[in-house]
Amino acid sequence: MNTRGLRSQLKDSVPVAGFCPQGAYGVQDTLRSGFTSVKNELLPSHPLEISEKNFQLNQDKMNFSTLRNIQGLHAPLKLQMEYRAARQIQRLPFLQSSHLALDTLRGSDESIGFEDILNDPAQSEVMGEPHMMVEYKLGML
Amino acid sequence: MATLTASRPSLGGFSFENCKRNGLLEGEANKVGCSLPAARKTGTTICGVTFKDGVVLGADTRATEGMVVADKNCSKIHYISPNIYCCGAGTAADTEMTTQLISSNLELHALSTGRLPRVATANRMLKQMLFRYQGYIGAALVLGGVDCNGPHLYSIYPHGSTDKLPYVTMGSGSLAAMAVFEDRYKPEMEEDDAKRLVRDAIAAGIFNDLGSGSNIDLCVITKGKVDYIRPHDEANKKGVRTGDYKYKRGTTGVLTKLVTPLNLDLVEESIQTMDTS
Repeated sequence: MNTRGLRSQLKDSVPVAGFCPQGAYGVQDTLRSGFTSVKNELLPSHPLEISEKNFQLNQDKMNFSTLRNIQGLHAPLKLQMEYRAARQIQRLPFLQSSHLALDTLRGSDESIGFEDILNDPAQSEVMGEPHMMVEYKLGML
Repeated sequence: MATLTASRPSLGGFSFENCKRNGLLEGEANKVGCSLPAARKTGTTICGVTFKDGVVLGADTRATEGMVVADKNCSKIHYISPNIYCCGAGTAADTEMTTQLISSNLELHALSTGRLPRVATANRMLKQMLFRYQGYIGAALVLGGVDCNGPHLYSIYPHGSTDKLPYVTMGSGSLAAMAVFEDRYKPEMEEDDAKRLVRDAIAAGIFNDLGSGSNIDLCVITKGKVDYIRPHDEANKKGVRTGDYKYKRGTTGVLTKLVTPLNLDLVEESIQTMDTS
């Protein structure tokens, strides 16, 4: 159900901008992102950027709160426990994992969206640095 | 640290990386005086009408890119499911991708439920997707089909609002087509009357709107049968040249004729094989 308005999604969601310059050697990539300014870093580059980044999060939040109102607190708690368990079934962070269990739980194994067609992470041109990604995942970074 | 951004895995879907750069480029281009190229739109006339046993959808076939006709015979009636078809106006790529996405989703849904999909399902999926992208996906659609509850016709706007009506028109030629509908629509028409009405409405759009043109496509959907008539009517045929600039032999009178033979001797003959693979 997509009934929540755009503004309400801005308040309780994850901020987008990374406070570090992106590009080789930590230098600002002027060709891609233009000249630096604090305003550029804080504000999203497109009105849809924030809402798209947090879409899945907000959907889950909304579904869980509806479920809590209908069936009581145990229902979202049990579901979240299952989600947490299913999310752990994956390969190392720099490899592509299929997230089959998580998809089946969510019901997104029976639907296609733009995230399946555009920008497939398996076909991306850049690869994450494996050591960094594993350290980040384990919280050592 | 610069490496932090590389340590998060990338997700699929839309990427907004180049938005700032595009904004900057557009500002620079406007300062110099030129403008960035426009997306290909289907300045269009599309319409649909419900009749006694089903739905008739109609569309013109011109696709424009700014002030130039990009495609003289494009197909604007898209397949969604065996009993549901959708006409698309707006940005051509957006309508194409949107209808294909919804068609795939509907097929998966039908496999999961085991039933023929309903038009209301397609409508709900389309409106939720278009609202999610807040109108940035420029697709205005006329969705029509016949399911277990009878014939249905919906119009869907780029921001996600929908209307369920007996007759709808969309696109730049929608006012011309709607004028024809408002004049001659009657409830519970016969199939031939409905086809003639849709043909006339699209023709009104073609002749009175610059963004619509070329031929008229029709799609008649009834219970168990779909008739995709492309083209139903070639309203604008390309003209045939009436004159010819070639002159016949003898047009110019011949005064004198002088023939000089050139005597050439064969000096050397050599054979080279050609690679004709």
